[in-house]
Amino acid sequence: MTALQKTEKLGKTTFGGALNAGLRAALANDPKVLLMGEDIGKLGGVFRITDGLQAEFGEHRVLDSPLAESGIIGTAVGLAYRGYRPVPEIQFDGFVYPAFDQIVSQVAKIHYRTGGAVTIPMTIRIPFGGGIGSPEHHSESPEAYFVHTPGLRVVSPSSPAEAYWMIQDAIACEDPVIFFEPKRHYHDKQDLTGIEEGKDRLPLGAARVAREGEHVTLVSYGSLVKTCLNVATAAEDEGISIEVIDLRSLSPIDFGTIEASVRKTGRLVIAHEAALTGGLGAEIATGVTERCFHYLEHAPVRVTGWDLPYPPSKLEKHHVPDLDRILDGVDRALDRPNSYSRFEGK
Amino acid sequence: MSLQIDRSAHMEFSSAGDDHFEQMLKPCGDRVPNALNDPWVNDLSEEDLADLYTDMVVIRRLDTEATALQRQGELALWPPLLGQEASQVGAARAMQKDDFVFPSYRESGVMVLRGVNPTDLMRVWRGSSATSWNPYDMNVASPQIIIGAQTHHAVGYAMGLAMDGVDAAAVSFFGDGATSQGDVNEAMVFAATYHAPAVFFCQNNHWAISEPVGLQSQTHIAERARGFGIPAVRVDGNDVLAVLAVTRRALDQARNGGGPFFIEAVTYRMGPHTTADDPTRYRDQAELEHWKERDPLDRLSKYLEKSGADMEAIQRRAQEAADKIAAVVRKELKETVEPTPRNLFENVYVNEHPRINEQRDHYGAYLEQFGETLDGTQAGA
Ligand SMILES: Cc1ncc(C[n+]2csc(CCOP(=O)(O)OP(=O)(O)O)c2C)c(N)n1
Repeated sequence: MTALQKTEKLGKTTFGGALNAGLRAALANDPKVLLMGEDIGKLGGVFRITDGLQAEFGEHRVLDSPLAESGIIGTAVGLAYRGYRPVPEIQFDGFVYPAFDQIVSQVAKIHYRTGGAVTIPMTIRIPFGGGIGSPEHHSESPEAYFVHTPGLRVVSPSSPAEAYWMIQDAIACEDPVIFFEPKRHYHDKQDLTGIEEGKDRLPLGAARVAREGEHVTLVSYGSLVKTCLNVATAAEDEGISIEVIDLRSLSPIDFGTIEASVRKTGRLVIAHEAALTGGLGAEIATGVTERCFHYLEHAPVRVTGWDLPYPPSKLEKHHVPDLDRILDGVDRALDRPNSYSRFEGK
Repeated sequence: MSLQIDRSAHMEFSSAGDDHFEQMLKPCGDRVPNALNDPWVNDLSEEDLADLYTDMVVIRRLDTEATALQRQGELALWPPLLGQEASQVGAARAMQKDDFVFPSYRESGVMVLRGVNPTDLMRVWRGSSATSWNPYDMNVASPQIIIGAQTHHAVGYAMGLAMDGVDAAAVSFFGDGATSQGDVNEAMVFAATYHAPAVFFCQNNHWAISEPVGLQSQTHIAERARGFGIPAVRVDGNDVLAVLAVTRRALDQARNGGGPFFIEAVTYRMGPHTTADDPTRYRDQAELEHWKERDPLDRLSKYLEKSGADMEAIQRRAQEAADKIAAVVRKELKETVEPTPRNLFENVYVNEHPRINEQRDHYGAYLEQFGETLDGTQAGA
């Protein structure tokens, strides 16, 4: 990294624009940073996240790659061996599987396998999650597969401000990072004036208390953080004070921040779009239970996508947790009447 | 119509015979003039040829030593290269220092000739470590177990070499079975697209564990590379001179901006797949006999003899070198300092990782209950 970091002044910026600015800064500050992927160059990516970067930095810094995900990641491994800092893009969540072997068997393990001699400072960007009315394979939440893989770090920004710094911190990280971008928020705007001063910048592995509260701890990440903040606002009307935690880092999980909150509130709700079984909610619920069982007033509650292949888009509103379903989970954590009451005899 | 399953391992000997691959030394030791390849090995003196012979003897000796060490319980497993010495010596000796190798598990010959300490390599198969050398010290990546995955790494590395303006190449090694993998085919797409200085070195040893090459390909493997727009050569992989010439040619082209090159070295795995394998279950003794007549060491020795070299002296020197290195390896291997439980938790990440630290500390506390520590010592000792 050069001593003098180049940054551009940002005003009202979209989530996608913040990522674009973060990528631009990373490319400008380190000549070893390379972007690669399908359609990312001339087109600027199907979501335009890399818009203009090839024109600015050249075809050798922003590579349009052949249409082969295993090849993109595998080639990036070789580039990392050679001292580059590749930032491959996987076009959509559901297309990461052809690269799964390279990610799990190579990217995640080479540092361990070589006794620390070879580092793989790769950031794999993946737009993820539903809510944009896409066809099959374009709305998935595959994060748990990667969270379960030692050797990888997994993160997800929840806002333009988070996106701007998190992408730069991920690229600067010496470990491989899977970077999940909540695609349905790409067009959300936020005023980023003064962001380059880095006042709210957190370390890559830290969770953020997105809103303070007293009665319930509500943990989420990526696309649902915004919904959870709305849940907290809605609950306020009923006198319920919710503390919202934006996980930010899915691996490792910052249990310190969650635990401190649960010790205060005694109640935990976790929300994610991904399926319930084996999901991050299970990990967080267990981790918190192990750490502060005696502070819990109620069993942890998970509000998640059902255990289904992602459904046709006309049905996605029934699948992705929304404000009301998360509120229902909050009710459950507070022992108030909720959708589970009749199953639990309450 | 019915489903056909081709279990033949003799494609190359069907109608066209041995001679439709590039050959410079016949099995009987006669030199075949070869206008294309001769200029690439004209510089070799008799001494150089004797060195190539010594290389092959040493590599074979290390291989048999490793097999013996496995039988004696010093190694958990070993993948023999018996029969593939010419392919590996020819390829390794064609490379220069800056070139980078991405090997599979079977290229112990290449790795050792590139400078990997054979004991370090054997420690991988002992289970004492995952790599145990720094790949940048001799430009040899850790051996790849996932069939074909390393071809991508070589292509990416080669792209990096080109971007850095370094005149060197990256070479991936893989078997005939690997050519069925998507990764190998994708890697050829990437290499051709970016004109990467990547050399694909396929050792067609006719078998992928129990599956003959006929189950992997219904055309010569080199032919497939041509379909990707990559120049390809089939070479007699038991002819060290031809392999050296062809690999030098390929590397030279790659280094000088000519893009990727594919080499199919036609050779034979004379031993089992690994020490855990029993090849009598799937292949004929007759086939082995056929290939014994094409032994890579014999043919160079016959050639040297025919050209008037003092073969007895060469053989004696080679044997001495082989005995010496085998003894060193045996001794060093037995002196291996085994890793400790603390090593278990190291190097998963570069940066601190709170959960791994927690698990390590917890395991330390657990061990202490039995008077043990993470460092493999007795607590309080
Ligand atoms: C992806 C993958 N599938 C299966 C295996 C198990 N396996 C190990 S070696 C081997 C045969 C490989 O044959 P080939 O590529 O011809 O190389 P050779 O062993 O003959 O050198 C198989 C199937 C593996 N290591 N990786």
